[in-house]
Amino acid sequence: MTTTIAPGTTAVSVRNLRKSFGQNEVLKGIDLDIRQGEVVCIIGPSGSGKSTLLRSLNLLEEPTAGTVLIGETDLTAKGTDINEVRRRVGMVFQSFNLFPHLTVERNITIALERVRGIKGAEARRIAGERLADVGLAQKATARPASLSGGQQQRVAIARALAMAPEIMLFDEVTSALDPELVKGVLNIMTKLAEGGMTMIVVTHEMGFARQVADRVIFMDRGQVVESGTPDAIFNRPESPRLQAFLSEVLT
Amino acid sequence: MGDFLGMFFNWEYIFKVLPDLVLVGLVNTLMLAAAATIIALFIGMLVSMALLSKRRWLRVPAQVYVDVLRGLPTILTIFLIGQGLPYAGFTFLGTSAYPYGIAALGLIASAYTAEIFRSGIQAVHHGQLEAARALGMPYGTAMSLIVVPQGVRNVLPALTNQFISIVKDTSLVYVLGLGIGERELYRIGQDMSQRVGNLSPLVAAGIIYLLITVPLTHLVNWLDRRLRSGKVPVVVEQPADAEPTAQRTFA
Ligand SMILES: Nc1ncnc2c1ncn2[C@@H]1O[C@H](COP(=O)(O)OP(=O)(O)O)[C@@H](O)[C@H]1O
Ligand SMILES: [Mg+2]
Repeated sequence: MTTTIAPGTTAVSVRNLRKSFGQNEVLKGIDLDIRQGEVVCIIGPSGSGKSTLLRSLNLLEEPTAGTVLIGETDLTAKGTDINEVRRRVGMVFQSFNLFPHLTVERNITIALERVRGIKGAEARRIAGERLADVGLAQKATARPASLSGGQQQRVAIARALAMAPEIMLFDEVTSALDPELVKGVLNIMTKLAEGGMTMIVVTHEMGFARQVADRVIFMDRGQVVESGTPDAIFNRPESPRLQAFLSEVLT
Repeated sequence: MGDFLGMFFNWEYIFKVLPDLVLVGLVNTLMLAAAATIIALFIGMLVSMALLSKRRWLRVPAQVYVDVLRGLPTILTIFLIGQGLPYAGFTFLGTSAYPYGIAALGLIASAYTAEIFRSGIQAVHHGQLEAARALGMPYGTAMSLIVVPQGVRNVLPALTNQFISIVKDTSLVYVLGLGIGERELYRIGQDMSQRVGNLSPLVAAGIIYLLITVPLTHLVNWLDRRLRSGKVPVVVEQPADAEPTAQRTFA
């Protein structure tokens, strides 16, 4: 069932992806290929469609047109088991979205049970390991509300990783955090990237994009305007729109 | 003045009616209310799911059901359902009016309960469903394990209010004609009042209603305050963590 993607092969392939909300065309034909193990950062002004693009990759948004391949699986094809694909594509949100009525450990084990069919001691062992990965093993019995924003976001990352995803999507995961808590989350993401995880990261943290990304994509008004290495994007931006955007965010 | 007091607080009549009130009336009132509540919760939950459905053919009939049952006077509906069910072929409930009364009360309350559940579930942040779906949980699993428990918690005060209404509405099922041993509080008080030509038995019944409803009303207020203040009790955090931990104390 689970197709593991071999190194060097394509992890995500997006062709002519379009998405409209009513009359408002938010994605205007996106083409994107992401290799296994690649870390891609998406930058761009607010409202340019970054979240919509990310959310199309696990079908939280249904594309209006175009195709999305996750590994070999065509997301929009009839008969695709969307829950199986979502298991393979982890997502972390700006607003954490931990389940507030459950303990930190249960936040993780409930998905292990229901999605991967792993129960009891084995589920708790995996939850403990993923929590240790994000430095929060001691918080297993805590309620999300008792954690800081940074800790909650780290739990959210641990929860997504427990599903053993092939790809991780991050949508402005540090934007809701107090400045002093941002670093802890970015450090975990850096570690994850160094471990070889395929990552697509929508972010306003230009420092992170510069240091961790293999490739940076600049989106504006529903299109990929420019794409390249961090060096090319940040030091030699070509399009006037990217130049304008960078001069705004880097001051 | 003495006559006036004696009309409402004649101790002789009150003590005379008390055994029947408690042993028969109170027991029947509570049984009618409990059974109707179970029906209301069960059907109300199903109807609320239909109200929240994306599918029109589920949503529209559910809305009609709610509008009709909420829009009719309770006594009219009790007559219609209580007398109508046997005519409609639901004779398996027997010849006693009691189960028909329960069905009528339960169905009426289910309309209100459906609206209560719907509002509580809608108040749950949509990110909760998204996070659960993004982990790979099917819709039904995500709703029943993540969204509905939080939604129900949101509306515990409203549900308790609904139970109070049901308790009071049990006083209407006498119109279906209850047997001697099936009479609830109101009917027993009223029968005795008519027999002795004095309102004291009815006052005694009223006091028993108040003993049930007033504490519940205060429970509602208490639940409401607790939910508004953040619903999690005081959390004491252990330190030993690099990050400052939000210490949340809810007044
Ligand atoms: N569910 C939705 N319904 C209607 N419009 C939406 C919805 N989600 C996003 N949009 C619109 O799509 C555009 C792009 O939004 P988004 O992808 O969130 O941009 P970004 O993440 O780059 O800020 C915005 O104009 C936004 O208002
Ligand atoms: Mg966004």
